Amino acid sequence: MLGRLSFADIPLDVPILVGTFLGVAIAGIAVLGLITYFGKWGYLWKEWLTSVDHKRLAVMYVVVALLALVRGFADAIMMRTQLALAYAGNPGYLPPHHYDQIFSAHGTIMIFFMAMAFMTALFNFVVPLQIGARDVAFPFLNNLSFWMTAVAFALINVSLFIGEFSQCGWLAYPPLSENQFSPGVGVDYYIWAVQISGVGTLLTGVNFFVTIVKMRAPGMTWMKIPVFTWTAFCASVLIMIAFPVLTVAIALLGLDRYFGMHFFTNDGGGNQMLYLSLIWTWGHPEVYILVIPAFGVFSEVVPAFSQKPIFGYATMVYATCAIMVLSFVVWVHHFFTMGAGADVNAFFGIATMIISIPTGVKLFNWLFTMYKGRVEFHATMYWAVGFMITFTIGGMTGVMMAIPAADFVLHNSLFLIAHFHNVIIGGVYFGYICGMNFWFPKVFGFKLNETWGKRAFWCWFVGFYFAFVPLYVLGFEGMTRRLNHYSNPAWHPWLLIAEIGAVMILFGIVCQVTQLYVSIRDMNLAENRDVTGDPWNGRSLEWSTSSPPPPYNFAIVPHVHEFDAFMHDKENGIDTRQAGGPYQPIHMPKNTAAGFLVGAFSFVLGFAAIWYIWWLAAIGLVGVFATVIARSANQDVDYYIPAEEVARIENEHSRKLMAQAAE
Amino acid sequence: MRNKYLKGAARLAGLASVLPLAGCDWDILDPKGPVGDQLKTLIVESTVAMLIVVVPTIIMACYFAWKYRESNTDAEYLPKWCHSNKIEAAIWGIPTLIIIYLAVITYQTCHSLDPYRPLDAEATTKPLEVEVVALDWKWLFIYPNEGIATVNQLAIPVNTPVHFVITSDAVMNSFFIPRLGSMIYAMAGMQTQLHLMATEAGDYLGESANYSGRGFSDMEFRTLAMPQDQYAAWVEKVRSSSDQLDDQTYPRLAAPSEAEPVKYYSHVEPNLFDQIVAKYNNGMVMDKSTGKMIHVQSAMSDMNMKE
Repeated sequence: MLGRLSFADIPLDVPILVGTFLGVAIAGIAVLGLITYFGKWGYLWKEWLTSVDHKRLAVMYVVVALLALVRGFADAIMMRTQLALAYAGNPGYLPPHHYDQIFSAHGTIMIFFMAMAFMTALFNFVVPLQIGARDVAFPFLNNLSFWMTAVAFALINVSLFIGEFSQCGWLAYPPLSENQFSPGVGVDYYIWAVQISGVGTLLTGVNFFVTIVKMRAPGMTWMKIPVFTWTAFCASVLIMIAFPVLTVAIALLGLDRYFGMHFFTNDGGGNQMLYLSLIWTWGHPEVYILVIPAFGVFSEVVPAFSQKPIFGYATMVYATCAIMVLSFVVWVHHFFTMGAGADVNAFFGIATMIISIPTGVKLFNWLFTMYKGRVEFHATMYWAVGFMITFTIGGMTGVMMAIPAADFVLHNSLFLIAHFHNVIIGGVYFGYICGMNFWFPKVFGFKLNETWGKRAFWCWFVGFYFAFVPLYVLGFEGMTRRLNHYSNPAWHPWLLIAEIGAVMILFGIVCQVTQLYVSIRDMNLAENRDVTGDPWNGRSLEWSTSSPPPPYNFAIVPHVHEFDAFMHDKENGIDTRQAGGPYQPIHMPKNTAAGFLVGAFSFVLGFAAIWYIWWLAAIGLVGVFATVIARSANQDVDYYIPAEEVARIENEHSRKLMAQAAE
Repeated sequence: MRNKYLKGAARLAGLASVLPLAGCDWDILDPKGPVGDQLKTLIVESTVAMLIVVVPTIIMACYFAWKYRESNTDAEYLPKWCHSNKIEAAIWGIPTLIIIYLAVITYQTCHSLDPYRPLDAEATTKPLEVEVVALDWKWLFIYPNEGIATVNQLAIPVNTPVHFVITSDAVMNSFFIPRLGSMIYAMAGMQTQLHLMATEAGDYLGESANYSGRGFSDMEFRTLAMPQDQYAAWVEKVRSSSDQLDDQTYPRLAAPSEAEPVKYYSHVEPNLFDQIVAKYNNGMVMDKSTGKMIHVQSAMSDMNMKE
């Protein structure tokens, strides 16, 4: 009846997990209780959970991303603490069975649910507003994408308390991840979480590709598109090409595990290296999917706070596209040590280092955007300049490892760990947090607290160097990744320094939480409110709307004359909003529970399949299809906002703008 | 706030300067053999080449942000300036030149440091042959010409090139002796090769550089590089062991075990390594000299492929 699930699968013998469960349970009950107490269930359901509004979905994606950040960071600091302790015969406090799950979960969660969710949040919020669109091309699919991501994240967290998670690293290399070596449910949790969220990501890629191609405001030709939207476009192309490969690779692994097939097994004609090739065909573009939008954020922030257009816009676009194409011809650099021939390795090594040219060009473009500008030291600029310094170092260590011969001693060492955290924290994370600080007032109508933002930056920035420079050193000392304990005394002091760095980063996260708290507390102070919708003297169209923007974004779709469309309009006295109308009724998509239902049934399907509860899996699968068919047959999916209502909202904003101008 | 900013930059510079100074006794930067020596040179040369761009970039990031800060109204402000062909040429050109240089040394070292390529010393000195099998979670070293085998201890004579042939009888691992140089994967049903040499006697850490499951952290071995006479004595010591590795004892050794102590085998089944590779390939193994698949006569016919 319950497949292989039994009471013994609840890890009551692991105090850390029991404590975590109690903490999560109490917090969960408190949140649910508060929602009930304030009677907000209806509001939550109607206005948020079933919403197809890209702005609301963006907020929900950020909530998932921040939860994933907390979970992923808890994993990280536990690993650091284990390695600070587990030296010279001391086993530490995490036995391999637990520790191996933690590093596998850390990578999986940080990439799929922190970084990808945060990136999708930025796409969602910014892209339609930047291109003068009223929503994305497929608002329902957007909601569905969110729910696939959210339930996959829930599924991965269920593995904490029911059964176990994968102990095979974040990419689950076979043959270790095959049934022969990993017979438990851990890898199955991994497979289903990645597959379900992968569907969501693929739909996001399609959605934003179509949105950017088809829904740009009149006049916005390709070379007038804001750089962030360009980066979202390139990342969407990468998603559409790369994610199906991931889905196939994981599906083949699933066939091996569920049906005894032999794609990647040791025996029966399987070949583990095929999996490596497939997974990295996705995996390398994936890191560019993450970092290219971060480049886009800096390309918006640096001009805004340098009070100057971006230097070399066309170069920036070409460089982004070059990176997009090149990212598909470098994947073998993740396994130079496989024993491929010298010419194969040389090709992929050189292709990899060529990527550093357009990437370097982008860095110089941001530098020369500051050059002869007026740089305001807003918190976002701290993240941006911190990024430029940190990412440059990460780029250099990346090129070092791109030289196959050098990789023969650096591969899989802590040097590698230091390198990719250098680019993922210093590039992706700094970028997304920079973007969050930048667009926050547009989302909520009030600014984030500056002081706490800067404190968060300093903790992260300094903490990063303390946490990861020792890892570079340890790589040179021959320490490999994923060790649970070690006996080399030379490694110990560096691991203690890294632990200090992890604690500093913890303070950084605390500062970020405090920043959110203080900002919400002080949201009604006059200096924090964003009345005009343009708090930074912005350059692109999103700043021409009110903060937060109305549900339809633009009452009258703006006409784009130049790159930096809104700045051009401001300088030439053109009213981008065309206030006063005449307004037309606006065609809008209706909210729908279908996305939530498909997500919920997918969760049921995944959970049941992990535990071999086949009758429940059937219910989940039928539920998914039935919901999709019902939704497809539903003709009542849209409505009109009457012209009078549009006029009322717009006139209200115009009054505020005039009052502000009069002050 | 701005003072702090400079302090952050200074701290960074301090950290960066510590790196090369303290590096003299780090395994990778203090190699004990010719492969490691060349890799060290390669790492240092490529890093210096990249610093030509990296250092100015970091300085410019700090300097431009500082010089063109809003409160410095003395600095020139060009609110419309956003293009310069000269700068564009420089920012594409200089990195391109450096990458061309790196590409050339990449191509050269891919060939000169190809793990499959015999070392120059092999022209005059016959290499020691060692067959390496990664097991759950220990390393088996077979010395086919000596007819002996060891677990978790690799002895090699100094100044003698060693030709490793590597496979796995479990999951994927990576065979790595940081002081000697390159690593390479160990994969079931496949054979990889590696040529290394120690020029200094010593006791060096050997490890798996690819995570392989529960017992991975203890999957270490000692590499004893010793003078020829001591090595000969070591071989005799192994030969005096009462343990033998054959179709009876091998399956027991291959069964998963953690933190395995050093073991010596005075005799080893002659084509054990080929049998281990062949059992994943329907009894076939690739002949390294011809590249052809040949059938292996297996004494371990009862060794089930699926274990």
